[in-house]
Amino acid sequence: MLDGLAEFPRLLRVYDFLTGKFGGSILGSSFEKKELAIKMKREDLLPVLATLRHELGFNALADVIGLDNLRSAGDGGARFSLLYQLYEFPGFARLRIVVDVAEGEEVDSVTSVYKSANWAEREIFDLLGIRFAGHPDLRRIYMPEDFEGHPLRKDFPLEGKPDGV
Amino acid sequence: MAFKELELNMGPQHPSTHGVLRLKLAVDNEVVLSIEPIIGYLHRGMEKLWENLTYPQIVPLTDRLDYLAAVSNNLAYVLAVEKLMDLEIPKRAQYIRVILAELQRLASHLAAVGFMANDIGAMSVLLYCFQIREGILDIFENYTGGRLTVHGMRIGGVPFDLDEKVTAMIRKTLAGIPEKIRDIEGLLNENRIWKHRTKGIGLISPEDALARGLTGPALRATGVAWDIRKNIPYCSYEDFDFDVPVLKGGDVYDRYIVRMEEMRQSMRIIEQALEKLPPGIFRATVPHSLKIPVGEVFFTIEAPKGELGFYIKSNGTDKPERVKMKSPSFINLQSLELMCKGNLFSDVVGILGSLDIVLGEIDK
Amino acid sequence: MTAQTLLFELLIPVAKIIAVILYPMIMVIVMIWLERRVVAWIQGRVGPNRVGFQGILQPTADALKLFFKEDIIQREADAFLFNISPHLVMFSSLLAFCFVPLGESFRIGGYTLNLWVASSPVGLLLVLGLSAVGVFGIIFGGWASNSKYPLMGALRSVVQVLSYEIPIGLTVLTVVFFSRSIDLVEIVNHQQHGKIWFGFMLPVSFIVFWISGIAETNRAPFDLPEAESELVAGYHTEYSGMKFAYFYIAEYTHMVLVSSLVVILFFGGWLPPFPNARFFSFLHWIPGFVWYLIKIMFFLYVYVWIRATLPRYRFDALIKLAWKWFVPLSMANFFVVVALKYLL
Repeated sequence: MLDGLAEFPRLLRVYDFLTGKFGGSILGSSFEKKELAIKMKREDLLPVLATLRHELGFNALADVIGLDNLRSAGDGGARFSLLYQLYEFPGFARLRIVVDVAEGEEVDSVTSVYKSANWAEREIFDLLGIRFAGHPDLRRIYMPEDFEGHPLRKDFPLEGKPDGV
Repeated sequence: MAFKELELNMGPQHPSTHGVLRLKLAVDNEVVLSIEPIIGYLHRGMEKLWENLTYPQIVPLTDRLDYLAAVSNNLAYVLAVEKLMDLEIPKRAQYIRVILAELQRLASHLAAVGFMANDIGAMSVLLYCFQIREGILDIFENYTGGRLTVHGMRIGGVPFDLDEKVTAMIRKTLAGIPEKIRDIEGLLNENRIWKHRTKGIGLISPEDALARGLTGPALRATGVAWDIRKNIPYCSYEDFDFDVPVLKGGDVYDRYIVRMEEMRQSMRIIEQALEKLPPGIFRATVPHSLKIPVGEVFFTIEAPKGELGFYIKSNGTDKPERVKMKSPSFINLQSLELMCKGNLFSDVVGILGSLDIVLGEIDK
Repeated sequence: MTAQTLLFELLIPVAKIIAVILYPMIMVIVMIWLERRVVAWIQGRVGPNRVGFQGILQPTADALKLFFKEDIIQREADAFLFNISPHLVMFSSLLAFCFVPLGESFRIGGYTLNLWVASSPVGLLLVLGLSAVGVFGIIFGGWASNSKYPLMGALRSVVQVLSYEIPIGLTVLTVVFFSRSIDLVEIVNHQQHGKIWFGFMLPVSFIVFWISGIAETNRAPFDLPEAESELVAGYHTEYSGMKFAYFYIAEYTHMVLVSSLVVILFFGGWLPPFPNARFFSFLHWIPGFVWYLIKIMFFLYVYVWIRATLPRYRFDALIKLAWKWFVPLSMANFFVVVALKYLL
């Protein structure tokens, strides 16, 4: 049981529903600083988000955030994490879905559920190099098309590569 | 030259694209079939840079994101850091923050309305708006020394106290604004040409708007009453009495009216904050070398352009592990295609102006 | 050949031709200055006031700058048409000025000096026709630039000009109906003999003519084909240097021409206000062409005033305004005027 979640009945209901329906997919959860974060398996991302959207009323995706865990994950941790910040209108409950992605793995694109993920996923692809399967138009968004490398990765130098664009 | 389907390019350099934005349009006899924004011309690698700077060092860099509303960026960032630290901010500092943020909202909306009017042809409105904005920028200049990149927040509070001079300036400037706004509205609101150019143009339904993550005045103009200041209050906004204008049209005209009304409401908030300004310190004590234990936070505020947020993940050192900015213009710009489809391409500049994007925060 | 013939048949006409070229040029210089200062004042700024006294040399500075700019022609542009179109636009307006009377004729010694180069019994028709020839310059310019945007801008300009020709023609008909002459001098004279000026007698004609005139000259709020913030920058996009200056001058010349026509047709040309009232007869001391200039300056000021104030019409609304509103309105106006004249 997560501390403090009882004071937020809406989030508590969501949490119970998800653990009930997708119990096997959930790898962990936390409720810190009044933010509920649920970590789940990469493969079940799309069904979970579809449920959240259509059955639980989380009708807005604020952002998709990519993390490079190169320095912070110990051995065995996945290289990347993806965070999906969701909330619902009206009611304004907030939820974070966390998914771990290893180097070279693909994640399902959630653009079929949330259209606002389109450019956010392109940005993650551009800057971190995670591919999204099923994305309608996966190409670089910030860097030039012929750029090599993914700048936001921790092993990409801050000053840029000498022969880079 | 066949004019059946024409591919046009509004290149990165263009008087009306509000920055370095490239728009690729496909047009059929003047009707827009598709429009694709191409961004990245102003990408400065801010997020990568932030991973190598300490938490206080990042604050002035956030000014450069939405450079027309610098204080809002500062506010979003410092509030996120303070939530991560569980730091309590003194009441006086919170009220001063509200005053600065609302002044910035005024300035930002004035620039937005001015540029939109200029693109549609009413050049004088741009200058009237900027005249009012000059008064506000003078206040900022007297407060921190910066007009555009204000750096008006610090982790823990605000940089300076509001002294007599600045307070008097604020009151004086605010006293002169309502009349000037009425002048601008007199020029535009019932103007036949203005209404023709803006009513029914750039329509988006509330469902589509929510699905695409649209936030800010554009969303409120479609009928969705979403304003984080009211719905998830931060920084003592719950202490103030103000309305949130929500209209139902979803077109360029309604977005313009929403912005004008929000300006009035901002002035209300500032007046209340000045009245009720509590005594006390204006900045909480924060260790000089700020180390934040491991944690993560995602915090958003209602910036003038929409919902501005920061995701910060700390790793126990004095530099963040990851800072991600959720920029409203980045997400709002994705709705441009839906809004422009079916309209004439002369309307594209008007719709783009009404969306109020700033490339600084799109490209980071 | 006697000295008299030389004077009257050669020198004075040549002087008048030079004057009719200089007059629009000087008006253009004044207009450029007026536009920049007045627009600035309306916007709360000052405008150029450094070059010369209060900035009156600013237009000269602009002209000099354009003069020294590189003259660029694209490789694929049609060189002949590209070069000829600015001249076409300008000279058609200038030629129309030959028939525009600037004031009443006065006697010097035994000679009557007419303040117009040529007086034709069909002067009005010639003026309208010649200013319409300028449309060719626009088409040639847009086509010869060999580029999408100028061509589209040129086509839009042409459609605009042609659409607004019709209300102009119809409103002018009402004036002609009363003056019974299309000689411009006669029209002015007709407004003198115990009549009120046509602008007050036929207000609808005046308003429609004036607005159509603004549309003819591609000025705000009808300046979509050439506005900078629009996608299509107009038929003069690809022009630089002196050729661009020609287009620029031609636009102002056309404005002066339209203002002249408004003044002559509707506001008594060179007549002082209340030309017949004895109470105001002291106004006759001021010569005619000074009154004419005052009136023209007023309308040119209104041109600038409107530009600084109103937003731009979108192109489809522009054309709709012409065809759905002005054409029926001016036709109805004509019939009403005719009916009223016969009934009263």
